[in-house]
Amino acid sequence: MRKPTGFTWITLWTIFVYLFMFLPIGVVVLLSFNASQFGSFPMTGFSLQWFGELATNDAIIRAFQTSALLGILTAIISTTIGVLASLAMVRYDFPGKTTISTLLIAPILVPEVVLAVALLLFLQLMNVPKSFPLLLMGHVIFTLPFVVLVVQARLIGVRRDYEEAAMSLGASPIQTFFRVTLPLIMPAVMAGALFAFTISFDDITGTLFWKPGGVETVPTQIFAMLRNSISPEINALGTVMIVLTVGLPLLGLAVMRQVSARQGAQAGAPA
Amino acid sequence: MENAVELRDIVKRFGSFTAVHRMSLDIEQGSFLTLLGPSGCGKTTTLRMIAGLIDTTEGDISIKGKRVNNLPIHKRNLGIVFQNYALFPHKTINENVAFGLKYRGVVGEEAERRVRDALELVQLPQMGDRYPRQLSGGQQQRIALARAIVIEPDVLLLDEPLSALDANLREDMRVELKRIQDKLGITTVFVTHDQGEALAMSDKIVVMRGGKIEQVGEPQAVYDAPESEFVAEFLGSTNILGGRVSGRQGEGVTVDATPFEGVEVPADRAGQTNGATDIKLLLRAEKLLVEPGGSADGGGIAAPAVVETVDYQGQSVRYFLRVGDRRLQAINMVNGKPFAEGETVTARFDPRHCSLLPAQPGEAQA
Ligand SMILES: Nc1ncnc2c1ncn2[C@@H]1O[C@H](COP(=O)(O)OP(=O)(O)O)[C@@H](O)[C@H]1O
Ligand SMILES: [Mg+2]
Repeated sequence: MRKPTGFTWITLWTIFVYLFMFLPIGVVVLLSFNASQFGSFPMTGFSLQWFGELATNDAIIRAFQTSALLGILTAIISTTIGVLASLAMVRYDFPGKTTISTLLIAPILVPEVVLAVALLLFLQLMNVPKSFPLLLMGHVIFTLPFVVLVVQARLIGVRRDYEEAAMSLGASPIQTFFRVTLPLIMPAVMAGALFAFTISFDDITGTLFWKPGGVETVPTQIFAMLRNSISPEINALGTVMIVLTVGLPLLGLAVMRQVSARQGAQAGAPA
Repeated sequence: MENAVELRDIVKRFGSFTAVHRMSLDIEQGSFLTLLGPSGCGKTTTLRMIAGLIDTTEGDISIKGKRVNNLPIHKRNLGIVFQNYALFPHKTINENVAFGLKYRGVVGEEAERRVRDALELVQLPQMGDRYPRQLSGGQQQRIALARAIVIEPDVLLLDEPLSALDANLREDMRVELKRIQDKLGITTVFVTHDQGEALAMSDKIVVMRGGKIEQVGEPQAVYDAPESEFVAEFLGSTNILGGRVSGRQGEGVTVDATPFEGVEVPADRAGQTNGATDIKLLLRAEKLLVEPGGSADGGGIAAPAVVETVDYQGQSVRYFLRVGDRRLQAINMVNGKPFAEGETVTARFDPRHCSLLPAQPGEAQA
């Protein structure tokens, strides 16, 4: 055998780091198919029974519905505001533009727990009780920067010529937006929406602070269940979450790549 | 003739910088007008004000007799062709060309017919179902033209539409564009920094400098009788020689301009001097002929010269000559072998091809 070189060590180290990151996730997925009562090794056989139990657990179903609704609404609102904000930032000049631009991105930079506490204190100060719309608002605030960043980057690559050409041909600014600008930035808009949905769907920090009593999302539900015991159901739920939060963006990306390929590279990224 | 576009004292300022100063211009119905000038002189800014893409700071713009200052671009009925084509990448060629028809209530078969006619006019009838990226640059520029003219605009605006094309294609497109403009009789405002394009295509050339109009006229007038050194140098290569008027006859002005003496310039080319004695003699490089040394008297003005530099360009050659203590440029057609560097030659020109400017700039503008 050859003497191990520096490169071999780097390779081994890399493999080790990846194992450390992904092995626990792999274990969760593996155990969710375990036939045993206990969510631990050794596995006693292959079974889908925990997924079955998930489907009949009312609390989990309700949490899923809440999370899905919250995620979808967050995605819609965040994307709408994000697209409009990006248009303002990229296409118009106005006083205080850089400040507003920084403020829009700020929620990414501030630690989430600080943001969560701040919003909570603010609501208490204003004497507003916690509610689903306020939870939604919180999610919109911290998914917005992702949408703005993605959409802005794309919009900068869409030359102003296209819009000017459309208007010279008789399209009003609004018609121009829907017939030219929006189709050209659509891949970024979809990516932004997916980001917003995924981030909202598996957020726990902010949600724990903001959710009204009795409302659980999937992550807070898991958190609550963990306090009692580590049941194999949680493994199954984790597997479902992984499939959703990893699979959805991947699917979205694949679709968008198709769309982009059809549109051609011209409108694409800045040269 | 009726004016399609009128600019009255238009000014454009960006902050404290004035990009266009008090510009007034009449553009005749059906004519091809070119804004010509070096980069940064305000051509694009002027065009964009006419288009309504930017506001004027001061002044009025009228299109077809109607003041349009407050009319947004999408209500001005203009055709614009951009330097980078700006074809919608997510739409087919047919959809691109039909884009403006929809806003004019032209739909269905009528729209299809007009798209087909427009594509035929630009000689790309087969391309309708393709996407812009599947076309070459020249083809895309033709489609951009088709998209602009299919809506029958009141004015066609073109901002350096040929400069993104390579040299051969540019000349083809130039001929093509002029053919289409003639055929449709559409009022056209063309922006370029290329004097060749301007001379070849225009009914009228507006030479701009630093946001102001330097000279307006038909191509030949601007070329033959430049009203300033700037125009003389911008349109082709010109030798500018300081000199004095030594005599005036009914039909012309006689000047001495080192190294030449007794140059009789016809009156119609000396009009700008207004009786000044200190003048500048303008001698186009193409009008200065280089002949073998000591060649027999061929008329006109001649002086012995030495070839300093030879810049061979195929069908023509540019010489830098030393005549006395002056360095002059001559651009000649090549018949056989060009002269060599260091060779002694005769530089000759016909004084009827010269023109005069007053030595003090400003008098010419009086
Ligand atoms: N939006 C703008 N803001 C500030 N200055 C501008 C703007 N647009 C053009 N300019 C300036 O105005 C001058 C004329 O520009 P332009 O009309 O584009 O020149 P041209 O088309 O003749 O090359 C240039 O000096 C340019 O820098
Ligand atoms: Mg320009």
